[in-house]
Amino acid sequence: MASETIALTTVHDVPQPIGTILHGWVTTVDHKKLGILYILYALVFLVIGGIEATIMRIQLIVPHNHFVSPQVFNRMFTMHGTTMIFFVAMPILFGFGNYLIPLMIGARDMAFPRLNAWSFWLTAFGGLLLYFSFLGGNGLYGAGTAPDVGWFAYAPLTATAFSIGHSTDFWTLGLLVSGFGSIGTAINILATIVCLRCPGMTLGKMPLLVWLNLVMAAMVLLAISPLTAAQMMLSLDRFLGAHFFDTLAGGSAVMWMHFFWIFGHPEVYVLVIPAFAFASEIIPVFSRKPIFGYPVMVAATVCIGFVGFSVWAHHMFTVGMNSYANSFFTITTMAIGVPTGIKIFNWIGTMWGGKIIFKTPMLFCIAFLFQFLIAGLTGIMLSAAPFDWQLGNSYFVVAHFHYVIVGGILFTLFGAFYYWFPKMSGRMYNETLGKLHFWLFFIGFHLTFDFMHIPGLLGMPRRIYTYEPGRGWDIWNLICTIGVFFQIAGTSVFVGNLLWSYFKGKAAGNDPWDAWTLEWSTSSPPVEYNFAEIPVVKSRRPLWDIKHPEDPDWKYE
Amino acid sequence: MSTASSVSMEQPWVLPSRGRVGMFSLIAAELAIFTIFVVAYLFYIGKSVTGPLPKDVLELPIFASICLLSSSLTIHVAVSALRNGRVQAFSMWWFGTMVLGLIFLGETAREWYHLIFEKGLTISTNLFGTTYYSLVGLHAFHVTVGLICISIAMILTLFGKAKQEHSERAEVFSLYWHFVDGVWIVVFTVVYIIGR
Amino acid sequence: MVREIHQNSQERQHKRRIQWALSTIAGCLLAALPVFGNPEDPSQMPNMFKPQSSPAHAIFHLSLFVLAICAVIFVIVFSLLTYSVIKFRRRANDDGREPPPIYGSNQIELAWTVIPVLIVLVLFLATARVIHGIQQAKKPPEAIEVIAIGHQFWWEFRYPALGVVTANELHVPVSNTSHPTPTFITLVSADTDHSFWVPRLAGKTDLIPNRENHMWIDPDQPGIFIGQCAQYCGTQHAKMLLRVYVDSPDQFKKWVQEQSKPAQASESAKEGRRIFETTACINCHAVSGTVADGRFGPDLTHLMSRDTIASGAATNTPENLRLWIHDPATIKPGALMPAMNLNQQDLDAVTAYLETLR
Repeated sequence: MASETIALTTVHDVPQPIGTILHGWVTTVDHKKLGILYILYALVFLVIGGIEATIMRIQLIVPHNHFVSPQVFNRMFTMHGTTMIFFVAMPILFGFGNYLIPLMIGARDMAFPRLNAWSFWLTAFGGLLLYFSFLGGNGLYGAGTAPDVGWFAYAPLTATAFSIGHSTDFWTLGLLVSGFGSIGTAINILATIVCLRCPGMTLGKMPLLVWLNLVMAAMVLLAISPLTAAQMMLSLDRFLGAHFFDTLAGGSAVMWMHFFWIFGHPEVYVLVIPAFAFASEIIPVFSRKPIFGYPVMVAATVCIGFVGFSVWAHHMFTVGMNSYANSFFTITTMAIGVPTGIKIFNWIGTMWGGKIIFKTPMLFCIAFLFQFLIAGLTGIMLSAAPFDWQLGNSYFVVAHFHYVIVGGILFTLFGAFYYWFPKMSGRMYNETLGKLHFWLFFIGFHLTFDFMHIPGLLGMPRRIYTYEPGRGWDIWNLICTIGVFFQIAGTSVFVGNLLWSYFKGKAAGNDPWDAWTLEWSTSSPPVEYNFAEIPVVKSRRPLWDIKHPEDPDWKYE
Repeated sequence: MSTASSVSMEQPWVLPSRGRVGMFSLIAAELAIFTIFVVAYLFYIGKSVTGPLPKDVLELPIFASICLLSSSLTIHVAVSALRNGRVQAFSMWWFGTMVLGLIFLGETAREWYHLIFEKGLTISTNLFGTTYYSLVGLHAFHVTVGLICISIAMILTLFGKAKQEHSERAEVFSLYWHFVDGVWIVVFTVVYIIGR
Repeated sequence: MVREIHQNSQERQHKRRIQWALSTIAGCLLAALPVFGNPEDPSQMPNMFKPQSSPAHAIFHLSLFVLAICAVIFVIVFSLLTYSVIKFRRRANDDGREPPPIYGSNQIELAWTVIPVLIVLVLFLATARVIHGIQQAKKPPEAIEVIAIGHQFWWEFRYPALGVVTANELHVPVSNTSHPTPTFITLVSADTDHSFWVPRLAGKTDLIPNRENHMWIDPDQPGIFIGQCAQYCGTQHAKMLLRVYVDSPDQFKKWVQEQSKPAQASESAKEGRRIFETTACINCHAVSGTVADGRFGPDLTHLMSRDTIASGAATNTPENLRLWIHDPATIKPGALMPAMNLNQQDLDAVTAYLETLR
């Protein structure tokens, strides 16, 4: 054991010129550095996407507001959605996966380090291409030629006849490029997990984070490609006069919707499954118990992976499909609630009988459990097609998916940040500031997104730059906007905490949480080659076995 | 937990090769892209509002298909040869694969020339034109990428760089080539048989 | 003594808890008031929980069922979560020993798989009934037929059997169960996707180019029901508002009669009519009985019979009308009608002419 935890002298101790350091980062193929690059890139876009959201919420704080023009507002919701999904959520989850997977499986790096670097830079470039759209055309005034077709860019609004200029092309090409990066990362994650596990780590002994990322990677391979194909078709329409979505030539607008949502729905599982992974690592450690029902958790996730590809047209209930199609997608969508609910029960089962420690990572995960429960239930409401005929495309849907993405995914992400920050930086974050961040963000999140359900129930559609007074929507929009400022405050505390702690935090040591998976056996931060000698494992909690040789896990699993 | 060197395992710890797993993953993703184009093709059969119809302009590319599918055979023989250390044989069969692939591309180019300049069918003519050129073109693009890789390997082989230990890499590439050929079977069926 | 004090403080805590609970309930009820309150004026809330037509009724009842089940699930799981977080927290006087590791339990897993599956089955069956009930309703012979054509950013309504063409404000007759006269709407689009949503009358159905969709309503009370486009269709999606006027049978008959007449010729507005018919106006607009037969913009034959202009973006007053004709971007920036750049005189004349189109 000693050999894995020796922190050998590294180049960190010798001060280097800034040019060499930057060059090192730009040309790195080390999974840990690439992971951090992904995470930092995503954090920058998180702030930008947040600014876009704030602009929208200020415009909607009262009816008939004139904070921004309709054209700017429409660009804001398009860019906000596109940014948050493709340049915040996906990169940040790939970043954590990149960083943690090799460490957790006892490997020295990902299967294809150069492909890893290529994928990151492709994703990064895609984001820059999308954002360059703000500068084109009229420049920043009027938000340039940023796309304004909504993040799902329905045809034929995206045809050259209705989207003049190149704003839609920035959307299409930026995402096409970053999509190739995503496929590269998915191939890498899959090959790494299948081929590079350390001796003894059978598929049944991998940490749940690794299992869930495996399912996620497989989904990415099958889900991103339909979007890539659809975007190729759209580009052929726009540049070469093809007629895929040209309704005058017999093309089908609904076909775009099918292709988009065959991507779009599995995509949200791609986003939420790594969030489940974080919860599945954090909750056991802070309850001091192993995860309850490991095999069932794996089975449920695989089930979600498969069924997730059969629900897509629940985004299209209002499109005029016949009653059999509507019924089919209703039942598949309701069915996927079963494995998802099972996971919630297993997390409760993990806490049950444990000794829960309320440190910041655990606070975020507990909030996640409450919030994901609500998000799932509003999803069940939306799955009943006739109910969706009222609620679809309204603020109820906006509230629902923000509940999943912010209340579910972002909360576990914050938890993951606090949990693994000591490992990545070697320093402990400030616990008081962490709790302050939690409470500010929790209040802001609930102010904004709890009350957002109500205008939806009262008939307020989404993607409107203003609304009529006297429909009963005014007060709720006001409350939603107020919540934004709490979230901004919480996020600022978060960023400040990370920055301060990076420079001034106290040394974390290898294993500040007394955890059980392999990454906690390395130094903080780990040396470049991760492990001096590749470990051999016998159970799901290798460090538990070392710390409790009289009562190792492999006797009972 | 202990270190690998200090514990003797009952069975050797063997996991699949990362090249093979990586290539299968790539093939899965590519299959998904092709599936979408095939679905679009099938959906739009008979829906063109104007313009030449498939049965008016399409001729079965039998010769090109035989060439392409044979190239799967030749690449298989080439890889076997390299696995057994017969570099000369490998070189010959690899070259044969390249030639067959080039013939296929040439035939496609000829067919497109005929369709565009003699039959007036372009990607913007009608739905048939759109779906035909995009599906066949996507496939041809994948053949082209494959041929570029084959050419690079050919050049290296001519410089004497090919060795027996490269057989695994050649085999991983041949998976891609088999995939491209398999897709052609589907494209052929959808475009020239079902769609005509 | 200590025990008394302890009891007193317990009582106080108990009282405080009851007060807190009551005020929370009151607060919730107050908050719920706007949702379930009772507006009677025409600009009433488009509240799906006050249905006034069979599809909306069916959805409302289904929604109560779904909400009830979700509420029960929520209460159970929320309680389990809250209980576990409180009961199993590490106490201050913890002995530092790890709690017994429990790896799982097949019986429990089976239980919380089977029960949700049963709930899903029940929910699905209830839902499928409503889906079929609404989508496969038969059209009775007395049904009113309307074709709704979605445009960027206005609604065109045609009644082929009655010879009526109008815009933005849909008139339908009240329908009662003994003598049903529902309105069956065929939904098509002239450009991009739109969606017809009047929550109190029905769920929303999209208008998609190159596709025909169908929906129906049978309002059981007269009144005005509001809604708006619910599928992003471009810059002014937000102002593609909808008003459905449910008339009594007599009112509806009268309305149809008025609407099917051509425009009244009026001497006073001759100059305005001349300008209208010789400028670009007629490229987009139609006035039946005149040379104007453009179809890109709304039919203006009975413009003055409508309460609003610009698809609800402004009330139909002479000032607003004049402003609109002068430059639509002042009311609806991004609307597809260009500023007509008429001089003041011509503008007044044309406005006066349009004011005669009752």
